[in-house]
Amino acid sequence: MIVSLLSSTLRISIPIAFAALGAIFCERSGIVNIGLEGMMLVGAFGGVWGSHLTGSAFLGLLFAMLAGGLFGLIHAVLTIQFKTEHIISGLGINLLALGLTTVLMENIWGNRGRSGLVNGLGTIRIPGLVDIPVIGPIFGNTTILLYLLIVCLIVAWIVLYKTVFGLRIRVIGDNPKVADSLGINVYMMQYIGVILCGMLAGIGGAYLSIGDINMFSRDMVAGRGYIALAALIFGGWNPFGVFGASLLFGFAQALQIRLQVFNIPVQFVEMLPYIVTILVLILYRNRSRGPLAVGKHFRRGEA
Amino acid sequence: MYAVELHGITKRFANTTANDSVTFTVKSGEIHSLLGENGAGKTTLMKILYGMQQPDEGEIRINGVKQKIDNPSVAIRLGIAMVHQHFMLIDSLTVAENVVLGYEKRKGMFFDMAGAVQAVEQLSATYGLKVDPRQKVGDLPVGTKQRVEILKALYRQADILILDEPTAVLTPLEVVDLFRVLRELKQAGKTIIIITHKLNETMDLADRATVLRAGRNIGTVNISETSPARLAEMMVGRKISFDQAPLSAYPNRTKLLEVRGGVLRKHHVPVLNGINLEVHGGEILGLAGVEGNGQTELIEAITGLTPLDEGQVLLAGRDITRQSPSQMIESGIGHIPEDRNKLGLVGDFSIRDNLILGYHHRSSFQRFKLLKINHIKHFADQLRERFMIKSESIDTKVKALSGGNQQKVVIGRVLSQDPVVIIAAQPTRGVDIGAIEYIHQQLIEMRDQGKAILLISAELDEIRKLSDKIAVIYEGRIVAYGSRDAFDEFELGSYMTRGKPIAETGKEANADE
Amino acid sequence: MNRLVTLLLSLLGAFACGALILALAGYDPLEAYSALLVGAFGSKNAIANTLAKSTPLIFTGLAVAVAFRGGLFNIGAEGQLYMGAMAAALVGVYATGLPGLLQAALALLAAGVVGALWAGIAGYMKVKFRAHEVIVTIMLNYIAISLTNYLVNYPFKAEGSVPRTDAIPAGMQLTKLMPPNQVTTGIFIAILSCIIMYWMFNRTVYGYEIRAIGLNEDAARTGGISIGKRVVLTMFLSGFIAALAGAVEVLGVHKYFVAGFSPGYGYDGIAVAVLAGNHPLGVIISALLFGSLRSGSMNLDRQTDVPTDVVVMIQALVIIFVAIPWVIRKVKLMRKRGDSVGSQS
Repeated sequence: MIVSLLSSTLRISIPIAFAALGAIFCERSGIVNIGLEGMMLVGAFGGVWGSHLTGSAFLGLLFAMLAGGLFGLIHAVLTIQFKTEHIISGLGINLLALGLTTVLMENIWGNRGRSGLVNGLGTIRIPGLVDIPVIGPIFGNTTILLYLLIVCLIVAWIVLYKTVFGLRIRVIGDNPKVADSLGINVYMMQYIGVILCGMLAGIGGAYLSIGDINMFSRDMVAGRGYIALAALIFGGWNPFGVFGASLLFGFAQALQIRLQVFNIPVQFVEMLPYIVTILVLILYRNRSRGPLAVGKHFRRGEA
Repeated sequence: MYAVELHGITKRFANTTANDSVTFTVKSGEIHSLLGENGAGKTTLMKILYGMQQPDEGEIRINGVKQKIDNPSVAIRLGIAMVHQHFMLIDSLTVAENVVLGYEKRKGMFFDMAGAVQAVEQLSATYGLKVDPRQKVGDLPVGTKQRVEILKALYRQADILILDEPTAVLTPLEVVDLFRVLRELKQAGKTIIIITHKLNETMDLADRATVLRAGRNIGTVNISETSPARLAEMMVGRKISFDQAPLSAYPNRTKLLEVRGGVLRKHHVPVLNGINLEVHGGEILGLAGVEGNGQTELIEAITGLTPLDEGQVLLAGRDITRQSPSQMIESGIGHIPEDRNKLGLVGDFSIRDNLILGYHHRSSFQRFKLLKINHIKHFADQLRERFMIKSESIDTKVKALSGGNQQKVVIGRVLSQDPVVIIAAQPTRGVDIGAIEYIHQQLIEMRDQGKAILLISAELDEIRKLSDKIAVIYEGRIVAYGSRDAFDEFELGSYMTRGKPIAETGKEANADE
Repeated sequence: MNRLVTLLLSLLGAFACGALILALAGYDPLEAYSALLVGAFGSKNAIANTLAKSTPLIFTGLAVAVAFRGGLFNIGAEGQLYMGAMAAALVGVYATGLPGLLQAALALLAAGVVGALWAGIAGYMKVKFRAHEVIVTIMLNYIAISLTNYLVNYPFKAEGSVPRTDAIPAGMQLTKLMPPNQVTTGIFIAILSCIIMYWMFNRTVYGYEIRAIGLNEDAARTGGISIGKRVVLTMFLSGFIAALAGAVEVLGVHKYFVAGFSPGYGYDGIAVAVLAGNHPLGVIISALLFGSLRSGSMNLDRQTDVPTDVVVMIQALVIIFVAIPWVIRKVKLMRKRGDSVGSQS
């Protein structure tokens, strides 16, 4: 029972963790991203579409990444180039993603609720690992995206804290004027941060579709994009903290599913993850210190 | 051979012309002082040279070759580096990281911290700039931070260094050290441009000087052929005289504002450290001090924005320490904030709406929470006339006004409500000369009507011109207090930067060696 | 004048973009747009439909606009309207024995108060815990929907298989203006709310203070305005108005609370507010535009095979196009003469 709970926790946290990880790069460069929900959604759709077109779920994953990256680019252009209010751009993107994916889904499969089944990513069984008690069932027989997530987390940590690129991104979010005065191209780094975010969020969304139920349904992200934002704040804008936060939300969700067995009305249990999110925001008020210049538009040459 | 030539540089902003067809040339290997009052256009001109701003007209030549400097990295490539007045440093990073940022030492993609530390140590030794590469910049004293900025420039192999008001935040000892470094750099063949408004330092250090006034180049002179008086005349455009305002003749001056033992902590550090202060009716108390010594927090305490942790604020003897900001305003504390755009005005509100900000509860402006629109309009029209606020109408958004007119809105608002105490923080910052005289006049008038005025300014000249009494704030305490003529500017400078009189400084210097 | 032109151009851009996407997906944009037009204005019934669909949007658009003016992002209008609808329905079912008009007024009041308190949670959390209201209000949406779902499936469930409450008495139902169409006197209540809010912003001290906070919180604070109190007040007002949307739907359209009655009115309100530039009176026209899109989409479904979510896309495009500060274009032209001293963050 515990093993199955842990296993569920880990799986459920995958999409949130990917999105939150992407959001680190975005917000650290100074751009607020409310549009995670939309980027995940197009990722979920892209995964299904790609798998549908090519028959290969892995190519679908690539589609998902590109779709997320594309929406990241839209957000980047709107906020960096046109200086749109970050939050409104994000909201617009979420809505656009919703409309676009549903329109395309109806176009392709003729159903306004869900798509057809496609080839999914499936699970990978690692012989040897699978037989170890407790760890085995959790890590030895699961979706490839979990491994990808762990790799991404480690790479992200290294990039952020050990490379020149990471150093610069951290500086830009706190003080873009200083970075500019040193000859760093603030705009370009912000573009990279946002597009990277879109790509990672897209992968997270792809888990929901081709990593899990092998199809797309309307609005299937169901608020996880916003939960990922809370995970970002709770996790302190760094990879491992954010992963921990995602696990917490995954746990709340996994628990909720299991509690439905008891005679508690399903609706109360449904509320659990969202209530947890609010509680987290209350308890971690001091963590609400993100990059100092996040949300503000950087203008080169402002006196 | 000229290292830098700027020909016909013109730069306009929305409301002003910062540089008006300026031609400015600097010889290779010289120390050149760029002089001018606040707002003369010096920093803008140098920002153009460094690529942080783009000129509307004009041409730049570096070492004789015409160049287009689109951004700082182009400037850096040309060997130009700028040490800014407000340090461009990241407090959370180390010295080494700050120095190499932008041209980082790498191992492939990875940041080579060891390499950065080594580079800093080498430069440090070569030019005699002592720093600890592994220390966090946020922990460093101001003088050391400046050394880090200079190291940044040297690391980028700059041949042309621009320093913007480098001595503004240094102690006299640190200034001596800085000058030594600059002379060594000159020996090494570097060209140095210093933006400053300090004449004595110019005379001490520079080879030549150029004076800017109101965006125009007034002239370039050899230091050996000129004098401080001549330079001052060029900077200000008239024979400089210490046109002090007449001392207050107000009788029976009662203590209207008093702060006793004020302590205010931010992040557990006492920013106000037992401050004692009194201002009497019919008197202007000028509070001199380098920015960052507690002035902002003192204002916040008196205006109720951040109440004191310990101590009292008294208004005509009444304890007002814990009052809210709106209660403070109602009690008669008028506040002219130091940053009018951030704290004093709502840019998108009309002049009319800004003129009642803070006083909008008064019964002259509202009844049962409904605004008295006609009364407000009438009031606004009157103020606009009385304070000569230049605009199309009172419905113009305040952000469209010039700095001087914006300040008039703030001042008009406060002065028209018959305050008991006026806190004027940097009242003429970013304001053109004509408006400055007007604002000074208004403050004197208010004083003569018996109000207590606390004048807080970084401009010593302003303080010495207007005040009846002068106090110096240093590290959250008052370290000097006396009548206007009790101190000369050098003594004030010493109190401002060291917290001690000059006499002690000499002793200190020996002790340090 | 300038603003209006920019607005119209933005709308044009949004529709053009939508047409492009439709074409790329293989649909005929002209067919789609004319179906929308016919569905919105093509007959007396269509117009009535448009008005009916616009009614809740005026409320939610106004709610979001009011919050925006105060510098707050109320994304929780959806949850607030569900709570309001439930409150109104319960007053209808249980507060019996009152004259119809009074009962209706009580229902509206109850709904407003519940919505205000629900939104107030987010306001309080912002003031006390610095919690970003975007996340809080969205979470509250999900919680509100789950909560009302529970209430309507268990304690207050009416007989039968549909998850709804009992019907409210006929005496308190809002009169239909053009029966059998669903447009009711609710639209007058909506317009009245807009007028009241317009008056509040321009004529009262509260409006002055809220606007100041929205434009420059630091200056407002220095001017003695109590930020905490006004933030909560702003959310109260916003939540109250959003809840009225739900109440009016119950009193006028459905006559009871039924699960899932809102096809996203709360979220549409954001688009309405953005298009209206957060102007309380502009919201009315903006809501009519989006209302016409919605009623038009019903015809889209009937006459074409274009998916109705195309309307969602157009809404998104409108938000995006309108929200872009086109002033930037002018500023780029002005760069020849100098940088502008804008006040945008």
